[in-house]
Amino acid sequence: MDLTKIFLLALLVNNVVVMRFLALCSYVGMTSDVGQSIGMGFAVIFVTVLATAATWPIYHFILVPLNLSFLQILIFILVIASLVQLVEFYLKKNVPGLYSAMGIYLPLITTNCAILAITFENISFKYNFIQSISYSVGGSLGYLLAMVLLAGIRDRMKTSPVPKFLQGTPILFIATALIGVAFMGFSGLIK
Amino acid sequence: MKKLYSIFKQGIIFENPLLMLMIGLCSAIAVTTNVSNGIGMGLAMTFVLLFSEIIISLFRKVIPNAVRIPVFIIVIAAFTTMVDLVMKAYFPDLSKSMGVFIPLIVVNCIIMGRVEAFASKQKFLAVVADSLGMGLGYTWVLIGIAALRELLGNGTLAGVQVMPATFQPILFFILPPGGFFVFGLFISFNIWLKKRMEASAARKELALRKEAA
Repeated sequence: MDLTKIFLLALLVNNVVVMRFLALCSYVGMTSDVGQSIGMGFAVIFVTVLATAATWPIYHFILVPLNLSFLQILIFILVIASLVQLVEFYLKKNVPGLYSAMGIYLPLITTNCAILAITFENISFKYNFIQSISYSVGGSLGYLLAMVLLAGIRDRMKTSPVPKFLQGTPILFIATALIGVAFMGFSGLIK
Repeated sequence: MKKLYSIFKQGIIFENPLLMLMIGLCSAIAVTTNVSNGIGMGLAMTFVLLFSEIIISLFRKVIPNAVRIPVFIIVIAAFTTMVDLVMKAYFPDLSKSMGVFIPLIVVNCIIMGRVEAFASKQKFLAVVADSLGMGLGYTWVLIGIAALRELLGNGTLAGVQVMPATFQPILFFILPPGGFFVFGLFISFNIWLKKRMEASAARKELALRKEAA
């Protein structure tokens, strides 16, 4: 499969949030403000690409030759957790501007299931390294897209008459269902 | 005993992890396209929750506070790996249809949340009651959502045809947007249920107070 196809598939057709239900905790929790959702989205893109670049070689050059692929879950979560820590230290010391923009979101990202799922799928879909990077960029951009969409809708919803029994969290899921119906339209994009 | 029961009860409605605490949502909506997936996921989750909580609770005085999070993650990941391998070996079809969501139990916030907030402070029996309550609270929601989606979207329940042959399945409910829709309705239902139960408890108390006066 060529790279654009993988990218579009991950970004629109199989959008991580609205079609695959990944990372819903942060999707509901962090979208009350558009600026916040953009910060979180970029932090996720950054960490996903880094995590893919780290876990793919570890799996193929260390775990497979040693016949340890059953340790995949354990190793990947540890690698991602320590990577996030390292990135946080590095940014705090050397790039304070970037740190103040997305530093607060970094600790939350360790348990973001979108990142772990993307790294697992790069292995199970048997992508090579370049394809994996393309898949992770597409997938995490899809996350940013969904976050910004819902944050915008929530902004508007503050002044709309929501039915009483749906007020609060239920309406967020109904809105997501409607976004999902719109995203279904992309399914014809890739043959 | 009464205290254990009240801990157990918390997880089912008042602090239902999915509908009230809004954690661990990903797998809940993704795997609920049919009832057998819902049951499988519920059991897998309860198993990992129960054993991780027990291990953490037994070792809570030995684990240094500074490195507790990595220790929790390793314990949870070990049990998740067990579930994943057992599923792959004995239920290959179920494992395939749930795909990446079994390994993702490891980052499920329900487990991490309960281990951090509850198991690392409490005794063995309380921990067992809490994890079973939370597990049951998770499982009933999963089965409920799955039953509704499968019945309306496919006309079957756990693979058995239930609706009459003339029933036209509403495809929307099996597709991803349907999952969000049904989940939204479930939250709304649980909020209503909680309000009702709180109101009836308040009425009872008022009646008791009147009697005493």
